[in-house]
Amino acid sequence: MKPFLVTCAFAASMLAAPPTLIQNATVLTVTKGTFTGSILIRDGKIVEAGEKINVPADAKIIDATGQFAMPGIIDCHSHIAADSINEGSVSVSSMVGIEDVLNPEDIAIYRALAGGITTANILHGSANSIGGKCTVLKMRWGKDAHDMIFEGAMPGIKFALGENPKRAGNPTGQRIGAANVPPRYPATRMGVEDVIRQAFTDAKAYQQSWKEYNDKVKAGEQALPPRRDLKLEPLVEVLEGKRLVHSHCYRADEILMLLRVADDFGFKIRTLQHVLEGYKVAKEIAAHGAGASTFSDWWSYKVEAYDAIPFNAAIMTRKGVIVSLNSDSAELMRHLNDEAAKTMKYGGLDETEALSLITINPAKQLMIDKRVGSIEPGKDADITIFDKHPLSNFAKVEKVFVDGQIYFDRNNDLAERAAREVEKKQLTDKEKEQQRRTAPGAQRRPAA
Amino acid sequence: MRSLAFAVLFTLPLVAGQDDSFLIRGATVHPVASAEIQNGSVLVRDGKIVGVGRNLAAPKGTRIVEGKGLHVYPGMIDSGTQLGLAEISSVRESVDTGEIGKFDPQLRAEVAINPSSEHIPVARANGITAAITLPMASGGDGGGRRGGGGGSIITGQAALVHLDGWTWEEMDVKKSAAMAMRFPSIISGGGRFGGGDLPPDIAARFSYTETKKNYETELRELKEFFEEARRYQKAKGANLKGFKTDLKFEAMLPVLEGKVPLVVMASRERAIRDAVQFADQQKVKMIIADPRELGKMGPELKARNISAILGPTLALPLHDDDPYDAAYTLPGQFYKAGVKFAFGSFNNEFSRNLPYQAATAVAFGLPYDEALKAVTLNPAQIWGVSDKMGSIEEGKAADLLITDGDPLEAKTQVKQLYIKGKTVDLTNKHTRLYEKYLNRP
Repeated sequence: MKPFLVTCAFAASMLAAPPTLIQNATVLTVTKGTFTGSILIRDGKIVEAGEKINVPADAKIIDATGQFAMPGIIDCHSHIAADSINEGSVSVSSMVGIEDVLNPEDIAIYRALAGGITTANILHGSANSIGGKCTVLKMRWGKDAHDMIFEGAMPGIKFALGENPKRAGNPTGQRIGAANVPPRYPATRMGVEDVIRQAFTDAKAYQQSWKEYNDKVKAGEQALPPRRDLKLEPLVEVLEGKRLVHSHCYRADEILMLLRVADDFGFKIRTLQHVLEGYKVAKEIAAHGAGASTFSDWWSYKVEAYDAIPFNAAIMTRKGVIVSLNSDSAELMRHLNDEAAKTMKYGGLDETEALSLITINPAKQLMIDKRVGSIEPGKDADITIFDKHPLSNFAKVEKVFVDGQIYFDRNNDLAERAAREVEKKQLTDKEKEQQRRTAPGAQRRPAA
Repeated sequence: MRSLAFAVLFTLPLVAGQDDSFLIRGATVHPVASAEIQNGSVLVRDGKIVGVGRNLAAPKGTRIVEGKGLHVYPGMIDSGTQLGLAEISSVRESVDTGEIGKFDPQLRAEVAINPSSEHIPVARANGITAAITLPMASGGDGGGRRGGGGGSIITGQAALVHLDGWTWEEMDVKKSAAMAMRFPSIISGGGRFGGGDLPPDIAARFSYTETKKNYETELRELKEFFEEARRYQKAKGANLKGFKTDLKFEAMLPVLEGKVPLVVMASRERAIRDAVQFADQQKVKMIIADPRELGKMGPELKARNISAILGPTLALPLHDDDPYDAAYTLPGQFYKAGVKFAFGSFNNEFSRNLPYQAATAVAFGLPYDEALKAVTLNPAQIWGVSDKMGSIEEGKAADLLITDGDPLEAKTQVKQLYIKGKTVDLTNKHTRLYEKYLNRP
């Protein structure tokens, strides 16, 4: 087996694609300053980035004169590429996972790429107090579902607090139980706390039963293994620090509630999602060590969003929280750079701080910052090239690299449009022809 | 403490009081109607612009606003909002956008505008000084998500208001700027005709046959309503004994007389074509609202001088197989077709982002000057108030913003805002909560 692998590795290196050089770009590394120069990419990784670098003779040159290269944008909260997102029948659905419903053909993936996104955290919806297992994807458009998964990324789980988990089964504006559906517990924020606390109480007991079983086996005693519980297993992983909690939340009270429940059970909340009133309890969020992933300026679409302010990201940043901006929307996802620019207006973040909100900070929150989130040697060559500074509203994406491969190129997209129109017409014509032939009462004529 | 209010005081020394006469000098003035003026001045007297140029002399005692390093632009106009009519979009009790009934031309948006809405100071802090408020269930021809009125065709009279005033009367610019309506269209879920306007779960409830029938019924009802209105007009003119006033038809008279335009929600090419044909038949003035595609309708609109209010540029394409930038390039397509247009947010929450909708259009082919016009002078012309606002010209209301840069860029700060020459408070719910919690011990 070993010699075979070595042979394969050797063959692969012989066949390895030549390196790629992006040159003459304004490079916004986010973590190592900004310069005008080049980025050298080999085998999907950034090898070198600087004002002057040695150019290998076989390098494929991509001239980016006048353009701006930044790390591929990371969206910490998205629902694209998922066929379904809410298992709404129960309020604890930790047994379900996004990985099982991935749709690699969702056009939203390509559109996200065209907005400069290279990585996204795909989560369940917010109908349930404990939603399900999330998946981090790289936007490798054209690959199958398995190959889009960000290999090695920490697994996560979605929680949800406030109006949404309250509302499932208990529609807004009506008495609890008034709808044509059976009422579902919880119907209050108190109930949401109870549901989460109960779930972790169960998870602790389940964890203990396995510990006792394993101890007995180790001691050579006879023991029956506990019955596997697929709902509690992910929660045990949370208790053991092997699964990251990303929790949908709005109001300050519920944010604090979740932090305290986590404290009581000895686990950490990795990110608070939306967290629109995070600015009110930024001190407590920072003390717990949770990250915050928020919107730039959404507000007033529901009661719990009425105190949302566009200064949220800036206040939390100033108070020591690691903050990211997310989209939660296939549309907003396409211009997170515009959203980042707003934090310069609202709260006075500087350019690097603003860009960090959509690059290195979400990478840290997802614990993939050793791989992505900045332009540094050794990191994945996930790079987005804009024609203007990405914090300008006049900028548009020109090229997007994932693992050193070009997955979006505006010029190619434009060039291919005419051919795609022709193909589309052929397909619709064929369909029309088929419909005509199979229509009831259609006269069957011999083909001309 | 970094307070916006303090920043403004430092850069622009102001005299307290209600004085609406002053001279801004030393700023880069962008009149929109003409070329920008470096080191320019704007002279305002009694709330009106009385001079624009270089080195204007001001009468003795005139308050001076030093604009060195800053820019002066005309206030921006959002041509489609529900400002004042809706507060929290998920709470029906706070939403007054869509009434019950298919034909409600008698409804007036203006009288239901809550001048204390938190949305008003939030929108204007970003340079929006006037807005069209539409009695209309949520944008597009889907409609009726939360505000009710999902089945309405004529939804009522849109008001053009200044975003400042103690009462809606004080906010008034034009009480009945347009008659709002949704043009009947075929929307269904699934299959060849599906997708786009409605959430898939809602769209899937309707088959194509069903929606087509519904569309034909609505079209017939619409024509009948106009015919009845014309008979009413005739009867009224004939001064017959026993003539009874009907408020619905009374409200239709200015539309039939061509004094008030119909502002028609029509998202797809098919609906736009139907609407244009309807305008021809009925000989009424028309403005197309929130179109999502232009198709072959450019020459048709241009030939009839029909303007358009474009909804958010930052939107998803209508169809899966549309180019990814279909919505981004739409304003450029309207420009190339020679169709006059203005931007509308068709939203309250995001009214303040109106300038960025214009900026994205520039990135995808719209000339910059046209983008700026589409949030200032074009809407003033489309709504018939270009004698009063929309540019920095003598005789117009002093709706002005002073900025530290291009207002179409998100990072730009609005330093000062004037509506009818009056200094407008830039603080709002958001700045107040910011100050409060930034300083939380």
